[in-house]
Amino acid sequence: MTAPGLLMVAAVAVLYSTGFYLLLQRSLMRVVFGIVILGHAANLSLMLTDRAITLPPLLTGKEGAISDPLPQAMALTAIVITFGVTTFLLALAYRVWLGDANDEVPADLEDRRIGRLSEPEDQS
Amino acid sequence: MNDVPMLLPAILVLHAAVAVLLPPLAGRFGARVFLLAALPPAAAAVWALAGVPRILAGSPPQASIPWAPALGIGLDFRVDALALAMVLLVSGVGAVIFGYCAAYFHAGERGLGRLAAIMVLFAGSMLGVVTTDNLFALYVFWELTSITSFLLVGHDDRKEHARRAATQALVTTTGTGLLMLIGFIMLGAAAGDYSISGLVADPPEGGPWLTAALVLVLVGAFAKSAQVPLHFWLPGAMIAPTPVSAYLHAAAMVKGGVYLVARLAPGFAEAGAWQVLVLSVGLATMVVGGWRALRQDDLKLLLAYGTVSQLGFLTLLGGAGTQVAATAMIGVLLAHGLFKSALFLVVGIIDHQTGTRSISRLSGLGRRMPVLAAAAGLAAASMAGLPPLIGFPAKEAALEAFMPSAAPAPPAAAAWAVLAGVAVGSVLTFAYSARFVWGAFSDKSTVAERPSEPPAAPFAAAPVALSAASLVLGVIPWAVDGLAQGYAHALPAGPKPYHLALWHGLTPTLLVTALVVAAGVLMFLRRRAVGRLQNAMPRWPDAEYGYHMFVHGVYTAALSVTRRTQSGSLPVYLGIILATILVLPGARLAAGLATGGIDVPGPGEGLRLWNNPLELVVAAVIVVTSIATLREHRRFPALILLSVLGFGMAGLFVLHGAPDLALTLVLVETLTTIILVFVLRRLPTTFSVRPDGWPKRLTVLLCTAAGTFIAVSLWLMTAARTHPPISTGYTDLAKKAGGSNLVNMIIADFRALDTLGEVVVVATAAVAVASLVLLNRRDRVVDEPAAENAAEAPKDRRSDEEDPEPPGTGALALPRHPAGPESLGAEPSGQDPAREAGGADADEGSDDDR
Repeated sequence: MTAPGLLMVAAVAVLYSTGFYLLLQRSLMRVVFGIVILGHAANLSLMLTDRAITLPPLLTGKEGAISDPLPQAMALTAIVITFGVTTFLLALAYRVWLGDANDEVPADLEDRRIGRLSEPEDQS
Repeated sequence: MNDVPMLLPAILVLHAAVAVLLPPLAGRFGARVFLLAALPPAAAAVWALAGVPRILAGSPPQASIPWAPALGIGLDFRVDALALAMVLLVSGVGAVIFGYCAAYFHAGERGLGRLAAIMVLFAGSMLGVVTTDNLFALYVFWELTSITSFLLVGHDDRKEHARRAATQALVTTTGTGLLMLIGFIMLGAAAGDYSISGLVADPPEGGPWLTAALVLVLVGAFAKSAQVPLHFWLPGAMIAPTPVSAYLHAAAMVKGGVYLVARLAPGFAEAGAWQVLVLSVGLATMVVGGWRALRQDDLKLLLAYGTVSQLGFLTLLGGAGTQVAATAMIGVLLAHGLFKSALFLVVGIIDHQTGTRSISRLSGLGRRMPVLAAAAGLAAASMAGLPPLIGFPAKEAALEAFMPSAAPAPPAAAAWAVLAGVAVGSVLTFAYSARFVWGAFSDKSTVAERPSEPPAAPFAAAPVALSAASLVLGVIPWAVDGLAQGYAHALPAGPKPYHLALWHGLTPTLLVTALVVAAGVLMFLRRRAVGRLQNAMPRWPDAEYGYHMFVHGVYTAALSVTRRTQSGSLPVYLGIILATILVLPGARLAAGLATGGIDVPGPGEGLRLWNNPLELVVAAVIVVTSIATLREHRRFPALILLSVLGFGMAGLFVLHGAPDLALTLVLVETLTTIILVFVLRRLPTTFSVRPDGWPKRLTVLLCTAAGTFIAVSLWLMTAARTHPPISTGYTDLAKKAGGSNLVNMIIADFRALDTLGEVVVVATAAVAVASLVLLNRRDRVVDEPAAENAAEAPKDRRSDEEDPEPPGTGALALPRHPAGPESLGAEPSGQDPAREAGGADADEGSDDDR
């Protein structure tokens, strides 16, 4: 049974917590920051599933234990995807700001309107 | 005759095929397509009759078509005596009614082809319900009958009444059908067998689970068979065309619930709440239906409430669980199918010829339509239980079943109560049967005769044939008795065998019958007094009112839930998702930790602080920068902190033996930072700040809990890992392929297709970003006048919002449009214009970088 070091687990906890907190903000830019941090948190989580052996997964002829390459490949993919998502969100935030002159996420008015209904529109 | 082939699946397919053919043919042949529609049910009935000797000899034909064998779902068919009785009813009576339809409908009837097709589909589904031996297949066919019934009741879709009645029937039967499905799954899971014959032969052990399962199944059956208090949909469904009512609401669909009760009774009649529920609900339905039938003016509604009453009677008999009751149940089942559909068809003819079916407007029909009157009289006599019609021996058997002397019987007190209830129900049945004949055919001095023609011979043939069958079977009740015994022998027997017969000698049962007839005649003769009594009675709480209250309650509850959960605020929605994560899997984790069900790594078994003391430095950087990012309300410092966090992550990757990751992350971080700088430059310098207070503290608490939950689960899950990683095989593969960097080999070779997908994602993001940024510039060139609207639009959109608009938004938006296409930099963002110079180019530059 091998568990990741508690220090790294604590770091993951902090990263997820701050990421979630920023995600729950109204400012789109902070939401983007939150997604970046959540991306870091997810990548670190992937790395921790490894048995935490610290030699790079390179076949240099030196026989011996190496890190698990699969989480690394997945994290690598995740880093690039996070980058794509981040730039896209930034472009969206920019557009929102162009339209509204602020980058806050407004409340969905349609939802509010549904919530205000009190009588059935159609009884049948 | 032992070699009748198992044609049932083919016959079911024939139903579907004919249903597909009917709509195109209806345009050409008009109502005559119903003769073609009669073929599949007729084939089913003929096949069933050919199989009678074999089935009664105890070797039911079986067929099985695998569907999802691993889940116990299959199209299994098994035609035993009970199924045979139902097939004769569903398909035999069905074929007669289809023939009647050919004369009833006019060629110009709207949606004729659709009506015919759905009726055939219904006939096929109903045939499936009564012959299948698998609980899931039964449920599927069951719901198919609900859906086709919905379409048939709502046939005249331009009438709001019809739509409403159809919806009500559908909601009632499918809603309770879902409960029934739960009951089925519970039953099947308890028995480990989803075949009905297996379940009944070897029922699971009793207990609260079994009781709950049976109650759920019974609720579904009761709703389908219109038992009190779920009976309200049946009278409403009378808006359907009369042949549809004759078929669905007399012979076939409403018998589905009764069939299910009778099907399960041999296995479960002794269990839990079965007897109490079946006897009390059946009795209540029988009396309430009969009582309400007495006050109807519409002949069809009279029959509908009569059907409710008879269905209660059948439920009572089917569920009682004794041999005599089962014998009576088969007798009443067939008798009711024959007489009630005949009566419905008679009402259809009366309606067709005179244009009304109201008792208070009909007079003198008996003289002008003597054949029809005779047929109706016979059918009504069968309904009232008069000899020598089939209704009589059936009702005799029913009374015999609850004679306290009969054993095995329910406890004496219950038997007396049930006997008294059945007798009262029979009196009411006699009275409304008499009222039907009187109301439809008598000469009433107070009512003017309406001009009408006697029906053509083919039109009247169907009810006459059905009534004649009632008479013939009444004279030779042993024909039905063979079938009844074939079903009843599975149930506990009484001291002496009981057979359906016209004459049993001078028994107490005959005395009761005589009393019932006398009381019924009296009730009919004193109908004015009965009517006054009915009017004087306080109105009972109406079950239909209950249905409306229920529907309204569901709507109101949905609205109030929506109002509480659909706040329209994104943070609230995300918060709810986080809270759900904490409540569901989080509670499970906490429970597992508390009870010791989850292994926690202890000292010496993998518990450690770090792999490498250097991690301490990097972890400190990560923690400090991420928390500082959170607390920083100026944009640029927050960006710098985020950037440092990213480089800290890269350092961590180096420590973890992942140089490729570190390299990629450094590149990506650099790019992200550059792009962020270009965007942030335009935005206000600070974020809006939420006031301190409970909502904020709650958010912090929620996020901390969620983050901790994820980290702890990750820790425990990694520690619980038992298998070696699947990537160990990659080492040899990489050597064979001639590569040395495993991560590179995975990305570029082993999982190259995934990488292609990744590239597509990035390319898509680049296109999206480019279009988002560039679209804006074109707007300004082409669409200048629109800018004024654009300045107004945001105002309108936000006018309903609670937060007042920040003053000056319009003013900020207005000066935007005079700016030229090149001077995207001249944004009124309150930032230093000089720094905006290269803004537009830089934005696109960032796209190219990707």
